[in-house]
Amino acid sequence: MTIHLRVWRQSGPDSPGFLEDHTVTEANEHMSFLELLDVLNEQLIRDGREPVEFDSDCREGICGSCGLMVAGIAHGPQKRTAVCQLHMRSFNSGDTITVEPFRARAFPIVRDLVVDRSAFDRIIAAGGFVSVTTGGAPDANAVLISKADADRAMDYAACIGCGACVAACPNGSASLFTAAKIAHLDFLPQGQVESAHRALAMVDRMTDEGFGNCSNHAECEAVCPKGISIAGIARMRRLYLMGPLTAKAQ
Amino acid sequence: MTQSNGAAGQPRLEAKIPDGHLQDKWDNYKDAVALVNPANKRKHTILVVGSGLAGGSAAATLAGLGYNVKCFCIQDSARRAHSIAAQGGINAAKNYPNDGDTIWRLFYDTVKGGDYRARESNVYRLSQLSANIIDQAVAQGVPFAREYGGMLANRSFGGALVSRTFYARGQTGQQLLLGTYQALSHQIAAGRVAMLPRREMLDLVVVDGHARGIVTRDLVTGTIERYAGDAVLLCTGGYGNAYYLSTNAKNSNVTAAWRCYKRGAFFANPCYTQIHPTCIPVAGSYQSKLTLMSESLRNDGRVWVPKDPADQRAPDQIPEADRDYYLERRYPSFGNLVPRDVASRAAKKECDDGRGVGETRLAVYLDFADAIDRLGKQAIGERYGNLFEMYERITGENPYRTPMRIYPAVHYTMGGLWVDYELQSTVPGLFVLGEANFSDHGANRLGASALMQGLADGYFVVPYTVGAYLNRHDRADSVSADNPAFAEVQGAATRRIERLINSDGDKTPTQFHRQLGIILWNHVGMSRTRAGLTHAIAAIGELKEEFWSRVRVPGTAATFNKNLEFAGRIADFIELGDLMARDALRREESCGGHFREEFQTAEGEALRNDDAYMDVAAWEYGDPTPHLHLEPLTFESVQPSTRSYK
Repeated sequence: MTIHLRVWRQSGPDSPGFLEDHTVTEANEHMSFLELLDVLNEQLIRDGREPVEFDSDCREGICGSCGLMVAGIAHGPQKRTAVCQLHMRSFNSGDTITVEPFRARAFPIVRDLVVDRSAFDRIIAAGGFVSVTTGGAPDANAVLISKADADRAMDYAACIGCGACVAACPNGSASLFTAAKIAHLDFLPQGQVESAHRALAMVDRMTDEGFGNCSNHAECEAVCPKGISIAGIARMRRLYLMGPLTAKAQ
Repeated sequence: MTQSNGAAGQPRLEAKIPDGHLQDKWDNYKDAVALVNPANKRKHTILVVGSGLAGGSAAATLAGLGYNVKCFCIQDSARRAHSIAAQGGINAAKNYPNDGDTIWRLFYDTVKGGDYRARESNVYRLSQLSANIIDQAVAQGVPFAREYGGMLANRSFGGALVSRTFYARGQTGQQLLLGTYQALSHQIAAGRVAMLPRREMLDLVVVDGHARGIVTRDLVTGTIERYAGDAVLLCTGGYGNAYYLSTNAKNSNVTAAWRCYKRGAFFANPCYTQIHPTCIPVAGSYQSKLTLMSESLRNDGRVWVPKDPADQRAPDQIPEADRDYYLERRYPSFGNLVPRDVASRAAKKECDDGRGVGETRLAVYLDFADAIDRLGKQAIGERYGNLFEMYERITGENPYRTPMRIYPAVHYTMGGLWVDYELQSTVPGLFVLGEANFSDHGANRLGASALMQGLADGYFVVPYTVGAYLNRHDRADSVSADNPAFAEVQGAATRRIERLINSDGDKTPTQFHRQLGIILWNHVGMSRTRAGLTHAIAAIGELKEEFWSRVRVPGTAATFNKNLEFAGRIADFIELGDLMARDALRREESCGGHFREEFQTAEGEALRNDDAYMDVAAWEYGDPTPHLHLEPLTFESVQPSTRSYK
């Protein structure tokens, strides 16, 4: 396969960026999209040029490191697939594909396709945990949890924190990411103790970080590689509205 | 105290195993350990390198106890450490299913599975702590699978005779890591952990013989930084990426551990690497990594190859009579559930004999047709649906209709830095946790045991043993990063980076990595020989020379520069490859994942030599050749036997 790429290049957060044209003639349908970029980078290094920087790590869709806009879609055209598991059989030889970073006010560009998603860590640190320290935990079966609740908690806990939801949202909102953690913990008795406070703290932090709000476009759900449902956002909003009435001062 | 022999004139390896019966050793240790005054804990800075299950749990726990913690990771977030990719589950001797499990049985299975090359006392402690891990994870909100009555679900894993494996769909590592990451975030919010992401540890700073700090590179700005502390915890994972293609993440590397080795920490059993049998085969030369599929697949899938090497028919056109279910044939008792090392070697043998399948002929079939007939497509979908989807996403083939093609891939490394019972390396003050150390899995790790070990080390072992060390050497924050030793190490790290970036060669770092990978896979892989290992040592020596004269690293050192990171790591992998081959050459026996063709039974099974090699090989850095130290392994509680899965 021959693939033409238009790749975003930007040397730093404050530098202007631009699209650069490249062609990879050694593409192959079994290749992942990131392997295509690997092949491009090997070409560039051999030509004495600087390779395209992008984040990736596990390359099996679970670490959440990678994230690119491929042909205008976060993680590319294949549903429920992180870009590391997007394969070139989704494209045709001769295609021109535009590759850009995830764009959002709260995700400053580090270099080329690499963005700074540390705002996500700060949202979690605002309350996305159960406030227990190590030791003294009761027996794991001491509190029974219905299978339905455990399964729903797991549905939301599956979030990989990649940021595609933010990149796809017209408002640059992190609502799906934030709601996934709030819903995961709210479905479990261990997490419910702090649910109201957690929702207040995390949503406020999301706003402070420069993410927009949710206006129910559901673009986030459409691109989420783990298929997280926007029903979690409704749950987050309910907890947030009830929060001031129920959260104990902490 | 049990002591080990050192070579004449060399420092002795002292494992510091506590006195008493096996069952009492950890309690005896805790009873005797001196505690740090709670008011003094915040005066101690602990540097934790890595944020996976071992590092994240250690950092969160130590901070919860009141220590001042700095935690470093190479990813952009602590949540992305490679522990996240573990699929199948975590073992714990809870005996919830009432099927006969005990702490002893988990201990025994682990020691036997490791082919009697692990330290009894460490493994027993691991087994004791396993149950606490599940309690802790549930308290954190880890959504383990549950039964309809609300109790935790368990399954049997990797051929175990009891159901002791806890799991969260096929994402157990992810969920345990997120539990750890959330505990860490709790401590970050409380101001007790300073989290430093996108930092790579480039070297260890040793002052007066003790680990007192690290030098790191800020991967965004390229700044070489110094950090001082009272202890350093190395939680940097394994070295499987030495083979280039492995199931490890792209950033998994040996550099931090290798730098510590060069500063005096002994490297133990580097030849013990685990090749996992159920991975998606290599498709082409562009391949950047291999993907593992949980070995739970072997619970229902049947492994086979065509009997006739010339048989080119599609798998569904090959009748039963022309298929060889070779695991069921060779191991009638365990069948498709033999341990990983046995299953991997058997697949290699079939392919070596020309019966491999697929375009590359380096694959065997894993067939679910019988299971689908027996249980229905829906039941199989419930068990393995996410794995089937993943397989289809990568290969474009539907495993409900066509048998999967699988081949072994490098997955885990049992070897690592040598540690004593306190998880302290031969450099005082340097502790090594999780996959980065060598201690618990011997020559082969059982499924669902890696998560257990990382978390046991971080949540429940090192919080005690670091305290013991700090008590023995009470001098809180007495060394600062202004100490001249830091400037010296920082200078050396800077010069090395400059040498890489200024090398005006013609080959990319990845080209060297692939070359190294081919040497290691062919000669220090699933099957090893004296001739092959000798060849590998020579070839790696040549590769090292070529690397430093011909590598080309693009860009500058003062920016985000992935290829510069890779180049530094590949240079260390090359040196490690030499040590792996030397260790494999020295161990003239076959055990667990280390198979020497010269040492096998008439049936082609591994042949241990307990008289000569019941030991830990701990290598001390030396130029040009390393020095060997031996820790004899004594088995007081179990009787080493030959593993038989027939």
